[in-house]
Amino acid sequence: MHHSAERSLSTYLTGFALAVVLTAIPFALVWGGLLTGPAVYVVIAVAAVIQVVVHLVFFLHMNFKSTPGENLFFLGFAAVLICIMVGGSLWIMMDLHHRMM
Amino acid sequence: MLGRLTIEAIPLYSWVAMGGAAVTVGGGIAVFLLITYLRAWKVLWTDWLTSLDHKKIGIMYVVLALVMLVRGFIDALMMRAQQAIALNNEGYLPPEHFEQIFSSHGTIMIFFVAMPFLTGLINIIVPQQIGARDVAFPFLNSVSLFLTAAGAGLVLISLAIGKFSTAGWTGYPPYSGIDYNPGVGVDYWLWALIVSGVGSTASGINFIVTIVKNRCPGMTYMRMPMFTWTTLCISILIAFAFPALTVVAAQLALDRTLGFHFFTNGDGGNMMLFANLLWIWGHPEVYILILPAFGIFSEVVATFSRKRLFGYKSLVYATACIAILSFTVWLHHFFTMGSSANVNAVFGIATMIIAVPTGVKIFDWMFTMYRGRIEFHPSMVFTIGFMVTFVIGGVTGVLLALPPADYLMHNSTFLVAHFHNMLIPGALFGYFAGLNYWFPKAFGFKLDAKWGIRSFWFWIIGFYLAFMPLYVLGFMGMSRRMEHYADPNWQPYLIVAALGAVCVLLGIVCIAIQLYVSAKNWGSARDLTGDPWNGRTLEWATASPAAPYNFAIVPTVRDIDAFHDMKLGGTAYQPAAAYEDIVMPKSSGLGPVLGALSFALGFAMVWYIWWLAALAFVLALVCVGIRACDDESEFIIPAAEVARIEGAHLGQITSADMHDMRDFQPVGPASGAPLPGRA
Repeated sequence: MHHSAERSLSTYLTGFALAVVLTAIPFALVWGGLLTGPAVYVVIAVAAVIQVVVHLVFFLHMNFKSTPGENLFFLGFAAVLICIMVGGSLWIMMDLHHRMM
Repeated sequence: MLGRLTIEAIPLYSWVAMGGAAVTVGGGIAVFLLITYLRAWKVLWTDWLTSLDHKKIGIMYVVLALVMLVRGFIDALMMRAQQAIALNNEGYLPPEHFEQIFSSHGTIMIFFVAMPFLTGLINIIVPQQIGARDVAFPFLNSVSLFLTAAGAGLVLISLAIGKFSTAGWTGYPPYSGIDYNPGVGVDYWLWALIVSGVGSTASGINFIVTIVKNRCPGMTYMRMPMFTWTTLCISILIAFAFPALTVVAAQLALDRTLGFHFFTNGDGGNMMLFANLLWIWGHPEVYILILPAFGIFSEVVATFSRKRLFGYKSLVYATACIAILSFTVWLHHFFTMGSSANVNAVFGIATMIIAVPTGVKIFDWMFTMYRGRIEFHPSMVFTIGFMVTFVIGGVTGVLLALPPADYLMHNSTFLVAHFHNMLIPGALFGYFAGLNYWFPKAFGFKLDAKWGIRSFWFWIIGFYLAFMPLYVLGFMGMSRRMEHYADPNWQPYLIVAALGAVCVLLGIVCIAIQLYVSAKNWGSARDLTGDPWNGRTLEWATASPAAPYNFAIVPTVRDIDAFHDMKLGGTAYQPAAAYEDIVMPKSSGLGPVLGALSFALGFAMVWYIWWLAALAFVLALVCVGIRACDDESEFIIPAAEVARIEGAHLGQITSADMHDMRDFQPVGPASGAPLPGRA
């Protein structure tokens, strides 16, 4: 029991450290002006998606072994919907963007 | 001290606006006096407002919906009257007032009639259909109710203090931005949406967890009644779609209040993104309103055809398909915004595909009725009326799904006719069917069938009279939301449409008379068995009205039509050998308090009364803290009390009250030959 509590603390700390790093990278890029143009958006988006995975793995303890299949199914469903919404919005707005320029 | 709230906020500028304010305030005072006269304040508070019983919360939702239906319908009547007379003149409504009326009509009908109506029916029925004693989060349920009520309160008070939005129920910027709309109207609209939207999101999450976790033993996913299935699907839609609405409303509120530039013309804003985000919520919302009604029709059609629901599995898969597809079509609400042909084509085709699972459902219901012993109960009549009328709306929808056709008809009264043709039969008729069908479950006596049938005929005739002319007017080139017009060819159609609205008014009056007559004669229409219609699903296994705990013994289910199966097997109405203590949630006054605080928060944000907003927000956090620290939120109903309640219920059922199940006994494996004497 004590052992697992320790392990859990270490997972939380690892997750926290990763989250801080993944937050610091986009801030540093923008603040320090290290990158410009569309590359900034790509890096921010990738860091954000990785951070979502970090939260799921280290804070919500999701994995393919112990998490019930039902929960993974709902998570997959959520991922599909988010892809539809975000991807669809990007597609629509980019398309409009070209026509408005 | 009071922000921008001054004495000028009281509508002394027009007699129509004054009248509206007077009716609202007078209605409020009348209700207050009536409750005081009946000395009902204590009962109202302890037995209803603070109750965490899902059945009482559901009833309060439906009452809210019916009250707001009257308000929203008065708006509709005023619009029809204005357009019937405003040929080459101003009519009786000034343009700005007309704009407020069509904006509030849409907002009220979607957010404060349809949403609370369906949430109320779900609250009353779903836990009983899945054999549960309560929802997963009873306190959250109460908070959701009062957040919805707070939003409705904000819309109502905008009649008496200030003005409502003039930007339509979708509130597109830049017109709804602070530059073009500096008054309080859009803020009222925004805060009503934000406050009630949070409540809706919470009830969506509540019902996902309830249905996934609280089903009784034996109730697998493929044994859940159709209404429970549709509820599960729309709860998932709510959980994913409503955050988009909350975000987009919050962004517009930031634009308006703090000078942000999400949707402004200049400074990098993009008002097109508002339309995109609004409809990411808005299209799933259409199915959030319609799918529960489909669930109700499925229950009603099986019960009153005296047959098992035809194609249960195909109905489940069709519901799930519609739920997913509803997230892939939102662009069809703004085909004309200027996307390229490829984008429009993809969303147009996706829109047409949705018609397929919907058609599957229509055929399933018709095959359920085929060779059934159909009983023309009001709920069944609403169902049949829905099937005929909804198909017309569906056909016009597929027509509008073609982008080239949409370019011709968008923003015309053809569109107005189309979506009313979806939502009045597809949602409202379903809720009325549910009201007639489940009323005895909520109150213990049946609704008067005669007045129910009358209300149906007035509604459906009124619907056709009011909206078929709008289809024609759309082809004749009439835009929606016109305060006056110059084409004399339009006026005859608009007069017919106004007569249709009067007919619908009579339908609403019939529902009021139905409620009154039924309440007066309640003693002769009592439902002693808890199963007035020879129902098939588990909610009919409880008493009418159900005991606070619904089921003294949690049932075990073997079949899709669980209660029908129990009646056939002779296990229904059997007293248990021994009862056990039942743990139930205690009442809590924090739900109404949180509702009042969010009303104050919204009102303060509308009028820029910053100290009140901060105070309400902090107090709301304190309330949440108090609730989180409350470790004694449950109480125990002792086994002896359960035995007494169950004994009293079962004791009043005689064998004469029970339905004759001999006709339903299985006669052996199906041979394919027609049964004798039934065709």
